[in-house]
Amino acid sequence: MASEERTPYDRALEPEIRDVSIELSEPPPSTAIEVQNLHFHYGRRKVLEDISIDIYQHHITAVIGSSGCGKSTFLKALNRIGEIEGNVNVAGSVRFFGQDIYDRRVNVNRLRRHIGMVFQRPNPFPISIYDNVAYGVRRLGRSRVHLDEIVESALRRAVLWDEVKEDLKKSALGLSGGQQQRLCIARALAIEPEVLLMDEPCSALDPISTMKIEELLRQLRSRYTIVIVTHNMQQASRVSDYTAFFNTDESRIGRLVEFGPTVQIFTCAANSSTRDYVEGRFG
Amino acid sequence: MELSDRELPDLDLQQPLSLPRRLFEYGTTAIALGLTVVALLPLFAIFWQIVSQGLQHLSLEVLVALPAPVGMEDQPNGFANAILGTMMMVGVGASVSVPFGVMTGIFLSEFAGGTAIANGIRFAVKILSSVPSIVVGVFAYATIVLATKQFSALAGGFALGVIMLPIVTLTTEEALKLVPDTYRLASAGLGEGRFSTTFRAVIPNALPAIVTGVLLAVSRAAGETAPLIFTALSSQNWPQGLLSPTPSLSVLIFNYADSPYREQNALAWTAAFVLLAIVLLVNTISRQVTRKHLK
Repeated sequence: MASEERTPYDRALEPEIRDVSIELSEPPPSTAIEVQNLHFHYGRRKVLEDISIDIYQHHITAVIGSSGCGKSTFLKALNRIGEIEGNVNVAGSVRFFGQDIYDRRVNVNRLRRHIGMVFQRPNPFPISIYDNVAYGVRRLGRSRVHLDEIVESALRRAVLWDEVKEDLKKSALGLSGGQQQRLCIARALAIEPEVLLMDEPCSALDPISTMKIEELLRQLRSRYTIVIVTHNMQQASRVSDYTAFFNTDESRIGRLVEFGPTVQIFTCAANSSTRDYVEGRFG
Repeated sequence: MELSDRELPDLDLQQPLSLPRRLFEYGTTAIALGLTVVALLPLFAIFWQIVSQGLQHLSLEVLVALPAPVGMEDQPNGFANAILGTMMMVGVGASVSVPFGVMTGIFLSEFAGGTAIANGIRFAVKILSSVPSIVVGVFAYATIVLATKQFSALAGGFALGVIMLPIVTLTTEEALKLVPDTYRLASAGLGEGRFSTTFRAVIPNALPAIVTGVLLAVSRAAGETAPLIFTALSSQNWPQGLLSPTPSLSVLIFNYADSPYREQNALAWTAAFVLLAIVLLVNTISRQVTRKHLK
C-alpha cells in the first residue's frame, strides 16, 4: 500500500474515534448465540479447536482471518448447514438463546429458519424474483395477499424493491450479481430469522454493489443479529461492532485468536498476530 | 517521442509459420475432418436408405389398414395394428419404468449419495443395463407368459420396462448430480428439509435432463425386437387388450424383412421409416413441452 494512503488502522488512531474506553465501559449486550469450547471435525479431520465466543444480539460480528483458518466452517456450525456437505463431528456447545442447537431433539429445519444464511456466491433459484423471496414462506400456508405483503416487505428491507417492483415475475437470473445477492438477503429475511449468517457475501461483487450491501447491513442491525465472514479487513472495520480473528498454523486447525469490540481489535489488539493481520503484514 | 524515433523490437507478427508446421497443421485438420465424415457415414447411409426405401410405399393406407393376406392385391394393406401395439407396449413399459426409475435415481443421488447401499444399488442397475435384451425377453416369458399361459402386450410391455428401467435410473441420477449444490444449500438454509429441497429446488432444475433420459429409454424400447418375440409374439389383427398377442413395428419389420414376398419387404422399409418418425416426433414434442414448462 502506498505510504501516503491512510489505512483503516491510521484512521482508527485518530483521537476522535479512538476512544476505546467508552465503548468498553458500556454494559455488555445480551447474547444471541453462545459458543463454548467448540471443537469441529469434518469426518476425521479436525477443522476448529476450542472456540468460545458470544454473538451479541442486534450487533454485527465480523469473523476475519486468512484462507483456510475455519471462518466459513465456524459460520456453518452455527446453523448446522455443514452437515449437508459431509460427515460432521462436534464437541462443546452452541447455545442459541440458551438452547443447545446440537441437542439430538433439535429439528435442524426449524433451527435454520431462525438462523438464516447468505452464501459467498449469489445463489438465487432459476425462478421468478417473487418466487425466490416466497420460497421459504410458502410452506407456512399464507394467503396470496399476505404473501404479497411479505415479499414486498422483505424486498424493501433488502433495499431491492424499487429496482425490481416492475419485474417481480421475471427470472431472478436476469439481475446483476449485486442485485442477486440482495435478493438472497431478501429471501432469507422473508422468513423472519433472528440471526443472519453471511459467508463473504461481497467477495463475488464489484465495489459499488459491495457498498450497497454494507449500507444494507447497517440498516439491518437494529432488527437482526448478523455474523459476517469476510476476507476484507476494511469491510470488517466499516460494518462490524465486534470482530473475531481466527488463525491457523501448519496443523490446518483453526483457532480463535482474539475476540472483542471491532475498534479494539483494529487499534489495540492484545495479540501480536492479530495486530500483524489487521495491519496487513500477512494474510 | 514519435513512434518512428524509438528503437522498436523486431516483431515478426506477420510472418507465416514455417512450411513443415503449416503442412502438419493442415494435415491433422484434414485427417480429423476425414475421420469425422467416415464416422458419420453409417448414420447418413442408414437414414438415406430408410427414407428413400420407406417413402416409396408410404401412404395413408399403410397407417390405417390391417395387413392384407399375402397375394390379395386389391385389399388395403398396412400395419396400423403394429403402430398401435408398439405404442401400447412402450406405454406399459414406460408406466412401469419411469416412476420406479426416476425414484431410484432420486434415491441414489439425493438420499443415499456416497453410501455403500447407493454403490451397491448403482452396481446392480448397471448390470441390469448390460443384460442382453433377448435374456430380458426370456425372463419375461418365464415370469409372465408362462404364468398367464398366453403371449400378451402386458408381457411385452414388462420386458420393455425392464430394459428401460436402468436407462431411466442412471440418467436421472446423473441429471440430479449435475444440479449445483448451491441450490441445495440455499434451500436448506431457508429451513427446507431434504424431501422438499429435492422436489422444489433440485428436480425442477434437472427436469429437462430427466426427460431426455426417459426419451432415450422410450426410443430404445420402441426399437427392441428380441424381448417382444417371446412375449407379445405378433398378430395380423388389432390389439385385443393387454392380455393377448400383440403386433409391434419392430417384430413386423423382423418378420417382413426376410419374407419371400416383395410387398412385405417393401412394407418393412416403410415400417422402419414410420418407427423412426414416431421416435423423432415424440422426442421433439416432449422437448418443446419441457422447455415451455420451464419458462
